[in-house]
Amino acid sequence: MLTVFYILSAITLGTAFLTILSKNPIHSAIYLVLCFFSIAGHYLLFNAQFLAIVHIIVYSGAIMILMLFTIMLMNLNKEDEQNKSVLTRVAAAIALGLVAFILLATFIKAQPVIESYQVSGQDYQSIKVLGKVLLNEYMVPFEFASVLLLVSMIGAVLLSKKEHINS
Amino acid sequence: MEQTIVIEKGIFIVIIFAITMLMAMYATLAERKIAAWLQDRIGPNRAGKGGILQPLADGLKLFAKEEFFPNTPNRFLFIAGPAISMSTALMTSAVIPWGDKLHLFGRDIILQATDINVAMLFIFAVLSIGVYGIMIGGWASNNKFSLMSAMRAASQMISYEVAMGLAIIALVMMTGTLSLREMAAQQSGMNWNVFYQPVGFLIFLVCSFAETNRTPFDLAECEAELIGGYHTEYSSMKMGFYLFAEYASMFISSTILAVLYFGAYNYPGMQWAEENWGVNIANIIGIVVLFAKLCFFIFFYMWVRWTIPRFRYDQLMRLGWQMLIPLAIANIVVTGIVILLTQ
Repeated sequence: MLTVFYILSAITLGTAFLTILSKNPIHSAIYLVLCFFSIAGHYLLFNAQFLAIVHIIVYSGAIMILMLFTIMLMNLNKEDEQNKSVLTRVAAAIALGLVAFILLATFIKAQPVIESYQVSGQDYQSIKVLGKVLLNEYMVPFEFASVLLLVSMIGAVLLSKKEHINS
Repeated sequence: MEQTIVIEKGIFIVIIFAITMLMAMYATLAERKIAAWLQDRIGPNRAGKGGILQPLADGLKLFAKEEFFPNTPNRFLFIAGPAISMSTALMTSAVIPWGDKLHLFGRDIILQATDINVAMLFIFAVLSIGVYGIMIGGWASNNKFSLMSAMRAASQMISYEVAMGLAIIALVMMTGTLSLREMAAQQSGMNWNVFYQPVGFLIFLVCSFAETNRTPFDLAECEAELIGGYHTEYSSMKMGFYLFAEYASMFISSTILAVLYFGAYNYPGMQWAEENWGVNIANIIGIVVLFAKLCFFIFFYMWVRWTIPRFRYDQLMRLGWQMLIPLAIANIVVTGIVILLTQ
């Protein structure tokens, strides 16, 4: 089990680095897909089948395909690449730091809740239990997440419509 | 105990692999024979008796062809494309229940490689990564027609996956499970899902045509516009893999159709056969019944291919987004209301 974990972690980190370092955007995207697959492998190590498979469907199957799609159509060249100013880099670093901070805070905050679930002895891998917990205890955040998705979808539609009117 | 299970599953997986390959091989022959029959020709009849050795001859020919590489900077991805297509076409068979169980050597052998409780989602995951084979292959060919074809295939598959998923949600609401084994067990006798979910079945059927890239949805290999489609630059067995993957995925999606909507291995009187003739005979008949059902669907795929011409691209997108998806959502709402009323 531990060896599998080390192999998976090596693949995850290696492909994540290659995503950033590779010059060709398509290669980056493909490394990112591999990275997502190895993360799904980590979920499987926790015996979270549902999460692993949904992760593959959503990230590798939908988001990354759309990303590849756009990259392939855009035909990115070296000449088109803009030189980022120092200010953008600093802003990116700060934004990343804040995101990391929030993630860390979430995990620390969630620790007691996770432990209470572990003690309760229920099978939280099964979809039935997961669905009940999600729609009873976490009903409001769940609905907010769906509203968020709806907002972004409407925004996308609006953006494409605006272009149409102008032309 | 652990070791016997590993050996048992290993043998079972090898058998399934062999059967899938054999079915895909002979599906190519069947395709040509049925095409000939529908067009009032004889079809291949030189290799072996009535053309029975034709798939072997085709395979030999493909192996013997020159291995051609286009001028591409991505040789590795060029090779990876067909490999991904082939492996994803074969992966789905892991969760399909081919029969209930056999009683051999004093132990029950379950006729399924693995029974995970998210089997339905597993199939969708494999379907969604199947697009990569075509996209990567088309892009690595370094040919604009291949790339355009790959783009078409990808957008078509993504669009129809949505409708397919929505059609399945109605089915899952009805059966209350995502495990294919339980779904198959619930359809015992003539209690097939197709009688309860006819609209869902139609949507799933149309989407499975799109997912396997079969006519009338094979816009990705539209010769009139795109030369040969995403495999224009491919030759030898790499092209053979793409073609073979299409037949393998046709076999698998026929099986999924039979398992989800047409009662899997169940047949009327299975209970009676099990009591009177024993578990083994009843289940062997069950396997034969499943294969009869899926052979019908394979025939149906070919029948449609040689009957309906290819859609135009805008028609394809309109069918997917403006007809199938609203229909599938309406189907979910109606199913929900009916479940609520009958409970």
